Amino acid sequence: MNAMNFVYGFLVLVAVFIFQTTLTGINRKVTARLQKRYGARWYQQFLDIFKAMRKDSTSHGWVFDFGVIMALGGIMATVIFIPVAGFEAFPGLDNVFVISYLLAVGMLGMAMSAAGSGNPWASIGVARALTNMLAYDIPLMIVIFTMIFAFDSASVGELAAMQQGMGVLGWNAVRMPLGGIVAVIALLGMLGKKPFDSFIAPAEIASGPMVEYGGKHLGFMFILHEFMTFIEVSLILNLFFGGGATIWEYMLKYAVLYTFTTIISGVMPRFKIDQAVKYFYRVPLAMAVVQGLVVIFTGLGVKIWF
Amino acid sequence: MVLDEKDNRSPWEKIGDYFSANSVWMKWYCTGCGAIEMPPTMTSRFDMERLGMGPMATPRQADVLLITGYLSTKTLRRVIYSYEQMNSPRYVVGFGSCTVNGGIYYDSYATINRLDMYLPVDLYIAGCMPRPEAIMNGFAKLIDMIKKGEARGWRHYQENYEWYKKNQLDSLGEVIIKDEFHE
Repeated sequence: MNAMNFVYGFLVLVAVFIFQTTLTGINRKVTARLQKRYGARWYQQFLDIFKAMRKDSTSHGWVFDFGVIMALGGIMATVIFIPVAGFEAFPGLDNVFVISYLLAVGMLGMAMSAAGSGNPWASIGVARALTNMLAYDIPLMIVIFTMIFAFDSASVGELAAMQQGMGVLGWNAVRMPLGGIVAVIALLGMLGKKPFDSFIAPAEIASGPMVEYGGKHLGFMFILHEFMTFIEVSLILNLFFGGGATIWEYMLKYAVLYTFTTIISGVMPRFKIDQAVKYFYRVPLAMAVVQGLVVIFTGLGVKIWF
Repeated sequence: MVLDEKDNRSPWEKIGDYFSANSVWMKWYCTGCGAIEMPPTMTSRFDMERLGMGPMATPRQADVLLITGYLSTKTLRRVIYSYEQMNSPRYVVGFGSCTVNGGIYYDSYATINRLDMYLPVDLYIAGCMPRPEAIMNGFAKLIDMIKKGEARGWRHYQENYEWYKKNQLDSLGEVIIKDEFHE
């Protein structure tokens, strides 16, 4: 590990920000077309972020300010460890556990900051966000642990590389179809897409954790959201859809997967938080357990196409 | 608001104003009438997201405070609270005749007549009610004003705070606070 790794890390952050923000803008247009509107400009998300960074902002004490920086720092650190098409800024550190624990730093920073604002809507939003996390994480983690057990590796990059070279049949989502479905449903929950967006519901709890953010704080939260989206989609893409052999393949697959979640989100109503938890513990959890039992006791899916 | 000032913005402020003009987030204060004109403006018929406009959930996140229809003296206090919570640069748009001169409620004991006595209004959209075309037209004008640096109401409010404060207190009258914790 030398100075070049840090330069690569910085370049990864810049590239991810530009790519994901552009994609978010395009996805706003996709949502608009679903609703038979013309929609915003493709670079609207950049304008929104820079506008927010330009405004003054109100502080609610140092916990509020520090939480934002802690969340952004934690999330940016996580982005650097995500393997993209075989490239890693810091080789050998792309473990599933490293990523999930670093991601928690960002999540908790956000929760601390939002709760530090003292607004009751923010507390309700944080409580719902953490409940939602508990709901989608258990089915997803069962599937991921099954995968780690079956392939004897916890490295995201290695697990992605194992699926390549066999076309679609090599993807874990095809080898373990139930696990793939669980992963995509969990992705909807992670991204806060409908029907699992009760924690940011603007009409009911005034956008939940975001309620007291304005100006520069809000700008940081938007940047954080772009990075977080990248981490979550990349994790599912690498583990279940084979990552990408080249950077172009990776970006194309990424765009398709992310746009797919947007389209699902565009036609869905919203679950209440208790309905979301019940749903996750009923359908995806059952599917995840069945998938785990099949893989562990029959080996089906691990060596069937070898 | 104040049109006789010269354009003495720095290059950074001009760039900032370009971003502000192309990303207008609104807080709708729709306790009077006129809220019904907003859904068609937002949805597929008129589609205000084309211009970068959109509704936001709280005053903290918003750039524009859009006040539709009449304001009773009771809601005026909440409007002022909401305006004070917003981060500058912030803009106020008065919507409908009632914000201009009281409209059909001009002689009511319970409503205020002129909104710009209490808050610095950058733009009025006249009409009873203004249709979505008028709203889009008005916002196109507001975007143009922000781009040229003419929407300086928030600065005017800072500079003439005493005058606004006096008007606000006159309108609200005596404030009786029942403090049951210290009795």
